[in-house]
Amino acid sequence: MAKDIKEIREKGAEYFFLLCSLVSIGAVLLICYFIFAGAYPALRDIGAWAFLTGDLWKPTDHPPSFGIFNMIAGSIYVTAGACIFGVPVGVFAAVYMAKYCPRKIYPVASQLVSLLAGIPSIIYGFFGMMMIVPFIQENFSGNGNSVLAASIVLGVMILPTVIKVSEVSIRAVPKSYFEGALALGATKEQSIFFVGIPAAKSGILAGVILGIGRAIGETMAVVMVAGNSNILPESIFKSVRTLTANIVLEMGYAAGPHYDAIVATGAVLFVFILMLNIVLNIINKGAQTSGGLS
Amino acid sequence: MLKAPKPLKIRVEDMNLYYDSFQALINVNLDVLTNEITAFIGPSGCGKSTLLKSLNRMNDLIESCRITGKITYDGEDIYGKMNVSELRKRVGMVFQKPNPFPMSVYDNIAYGPRTHGIKKKKVLDQIVEESLQNAAIWDELKDRLKKSALAISGGQQQRLCIARALAIKPEVILLDEPTSALDPISTTKIEDLLAELKDRYTIVIVTHNMGQAARISDKTAFFLHGEIVEFGRTMEIFSKPKDKKTEDYITGRFG
Ligand SMILES: Nc1ncnc2c1ncn2[C@@H]1O[C@H](COP(=O)(O)OP(=O)(O)OP(=O)(O)O)[C@@H](O)[C@H]1O
Ligand SMILES: [Mg+2]
Repeated sequence: MAKDIKEIREKGAEYFFLLCSLVSIGAVLLICYFIFAGAYPALRDIGAWAFLTGDLWKPTDHPPSFGIFNMIAGSIYVTAGACIFGVPVGVFAAVYMAKYCPRKIYPVASQLVSLLAGIPSIIYGFFGMMMIVPFIQENFSGNGNSVLAASIVLGVMILPTVIKVSEVSIRAVPKSYFEGALALGATKEQSIFFVGIPAAKSGILAGVILGIGRAIGETMAVVMVAGNSNILPESIFKSVRTLTANIVLEMGYAAGPHYDAIVATGAVLFVFILMLNIVLNIINKGAQTSGGLS
Repeated sequence: MLKAPKPLKIRVEDMNLYYDSFQALINVNLDVLTNEITAFIGPSGCGKSTLLKSLNRMNDLIESCRITGKITYDGEDIYGKMNVSELRKRVGMVFQKPNPFPMSVYDNIAYGPRTHGIKKKKVLDQIVEESLQNAAIWDELKDRLKKSALAISGGQQQRLCIARALAIKPEVILLDEPTSALDPISTTKIEDLLAELKDRYTIVIVTHNMGQAARISDKTAFFLHGEIVEFGRTMEIFSKPKDKKTEDYITGRFG
């Protein structure tokens, strides 16, 4: 009798967990369905090629044009810019955290990095508007709202992801590798940069890709500092509009084909994220089969 | 016929070593002579690895480690002005567990020379071949230089690690139980290799294998509780040990 109750309880727990995972799987599938189903009419009417490669975005003209090439380029620019700032700083910070940080300082530093991850993106936006945009305006050309401003803000935003993931993978490198290098007369830095980091590279790369995912999907902070003109910026001081900015700026009033085109913009963003996930999976698989570290 | 004594390579004088308040080595004195194999034997935890790691200052990595006394290398105090990198370049080390880097066989061997500033591909190629030859593993690995070093057998990995140590052209090689993780055939290969390397290098080896110490070493130091109980020619230590404790240990009667 008591045994039955226990069994039922265990079964019940199992089904409950199953239900929870089904909810999350269901959410992913639903989102996929709605975004691609919603994008379909626009892609059918405009034509996928014209939509992706067109550089005119005139949703209210007669007839309207819907080309998001500039926005795709914009998203790629600011994401690449974010990596140029965020990846080296993040990886070096991770090296510091994993290999140099004095034990007394570590908890504080680690907390601060976590805090960086928890700051809402609108706060990053304010930081960019009040510090970075005026700085660029005063010292370089233009009004400051630019590829550069967005890149810096995003670069800071991806730092915690890059730092945390890289730190974990550097820590996972066996001590024997570092000892082996030191015993060959390598300095601490040489042991880290020529053995430790190569050994941790797939983990670091995974951190970078997660960071890229965060950067390319970021909306609020970017809208606040990027200027958002629909042009292909010819310099880093020029205004830029990302896919995310395009969606959030026009969603409020778009209707009909315009609305469909906005949803299709979201679908394009979604495809980027899917591709990043695939790359991440390949990296993780490669790390497992090559015996390397993730 | 009287042979001239071999020149002194490393001298340990009145050395004490502490991990925090725990004293791991007590008043150690030891001379390592050039082109000899010196073996450290003794029960687990008696301080063999600790002394070995002191000889190339790998103990520097351990924060709690404190040393008194003196270790000289070619007459020079290694804890004095000598640069650690320079010391470790001259005193190579092979660890108990083979620890090839997760990169190709070639890059493993080339790591040391590259670290010390050798960039030319031709020179590196030659060092790689030479080192693998000297470690008697060239024939087995010459077609797999670009393969990951993690994909070769444990015995091959350990000889690769020896080759890696040889690639920086050291004068002394320290080995900490280099065969304890290996099968008998690999062990024999490494023992033969060490016997061959002896003519060109000075070797210090920690081993738990009495037979191994007896087979390959010229001198043996028997450790107990952080002290060297007896140090002398291997033949004498094994045939007529002066100390009862040494005798008990080598005959396996140690409690
Ligand atoms: N990093 C360390 N911190 C504190 N104590 C240590 C440390 N390393 C070794 N010891 C202690 O020092 C003593 C000697 O250790 P050591 O590793 O030199 O022994 P060993 O003779 O090599 O033993 P084994 O044959 O098991 O390898 C042991 O009591 C060990 O617990
Ligand atoms: Mg040991």
